[in-house]
Amino acid sequence: MNSNAQAVVDDFTFLEERDRLQLLLEFSEQLPDLDARFGENPELLERVEECQSPVFIAVEGNLQRVSLHFSAPQEAPTTRGFASVLSSALNGQSAQEILDLPDDFPSMLGLDRLISPLRVRGMRGMLSRIKRKTREIVAAGN
Amino acid sequence: MSETSRISGYAHPDVLVTTEWLEQNSASVKIVECDEDVLLYEVGHIPGAVKLDWHTELNDQDKRDYLTGAQFAELMKAKGIDRNDTIVLYGDRSNWWATYAFWVIKLFGHEDVRILNGGRAKWIAEGREITKAVPAAAAVNYPVIERDDKTIRAFRNEVLEHLGKPLVDVRSRPEYTGERLHMPDYPNEGASRGGHIPTAASIPWSSAILEDETFKDVADLRHIYFDATGFDPSDDFIAYCRIGERSSHSWFVLKYLLGVKNVRNYDGSWTEWGNLVGVPIAVGEEPGVFTR
Repeated sequence: MNSNAQAVVDDFTFLEERDRLQLLLEFSEQLPDLDARFGENPELLERVEECQSPVFIAVEGNLQRVSLHFSAPQEAPTTRGFASVLSSALNGQSAQEILDLPDDFPSMLGLDRLISPLRVRGMRGMLSRIKRKTREIVAAGN
Repeated sequence: MSETSRISGYAHPDVLVTTEWLEQNSASVKIVECDEDVLLYEVGHIPGAVKLDWHTELNDQDKRDYLTGAQFAELMKAKGIDRNDTIVLYGDRSNWWATYAFWVIKLFGHEDVRILNGGRAKWIAEGREITKAVPAAAAVNYPVIERDDKTIRAFRNEVLEHLGKPLVDVRSRPEYTGERLHMPDYPNEGASRGGHIPTAASIPWSSAILEDETFKDVADLRHIYFDATGFDPSDDFIAYCRIGERSSHSWFVLKYLLGVKNVRNYDGSWTEWGNLVGVPIAVGEEPGVFTR
């Protein structure tokens, strides 16, 4: 796991269980705004069907550096929080580092007792789509 | 039809309040927000509202069951809710979880519990005030009340005995037919068989809701729950879904809006029935038959 992802896991697991939701809320507030060009070209974004709230992702870049973009409504803080966690852990990493993140990463945050299984699955869905799109970048050989 | 005339048409109009009423009476009630998204309260809530977390606060953390009377009394004290208080519940997704909390609170017989018609979405859509300020819990005493599992709650054996009387499956159509074991986009929470309990009518919970997330008028609801199913309103009803939360919403509609006297929620629902050894299951579009 890359050092950013490890730092996110450490931040969550260091806290008492009840305080982890507060940290997830802080992550949700820090989700970067979507680049304006996506507003003009929504076809660049992919809907994450596994999530209960509308969330869209875009994955761009090359083997050395992959950029992640997320869009989720303010009224969906849990989804925004998950997107922001993945952004912190993976944005700007190499394609290989993204593919190396364990699929079980969402459960490593220690939120399973606090958030319903439906929600945790939504985050897994986001991660698997990010990985799939990253594999497309790898396959294109950029 | 106006919202207030719709409300006055229900069997128990006193259990629903409008956003306008709540704004004017917020000081004299205890407002409780219960959302599917457990961070939504923190984004902003109705002034004075306390948060109730359906996922961590209503259930026993070890056994698959609800809180004990002692645990419930502690919960109410932590929220600053007195036994004589009027509780007004609201939440996201058409009050789905608010009605679930309503049902759990009624297991302990709290007298005056109401639902904000239209829930969180309507309050916000109308531009009413929201705040991030968390109120300090009032110092209260709440008595230990034994949970009543007989009146509004059904267990699997009671469902078996009930077969032949009105039974309502409130899940999505593909879950009912057995095509899916879970809602579209939702995980399978562990049922080994798909389908429905024989004789159950399929009435997805959201059938009761209008676009602004308030409840449909009583004539429409009667048509959906009685005329279309042939169920007798004076009969005993049981509703179920997947884990008992969506069916709390339909339980609320049947009991308080339509005035069915005996309605129980089968909280074991499909995650229990779909795993039980030896119980009958029907698949496909038809309710199916059950012969003893």
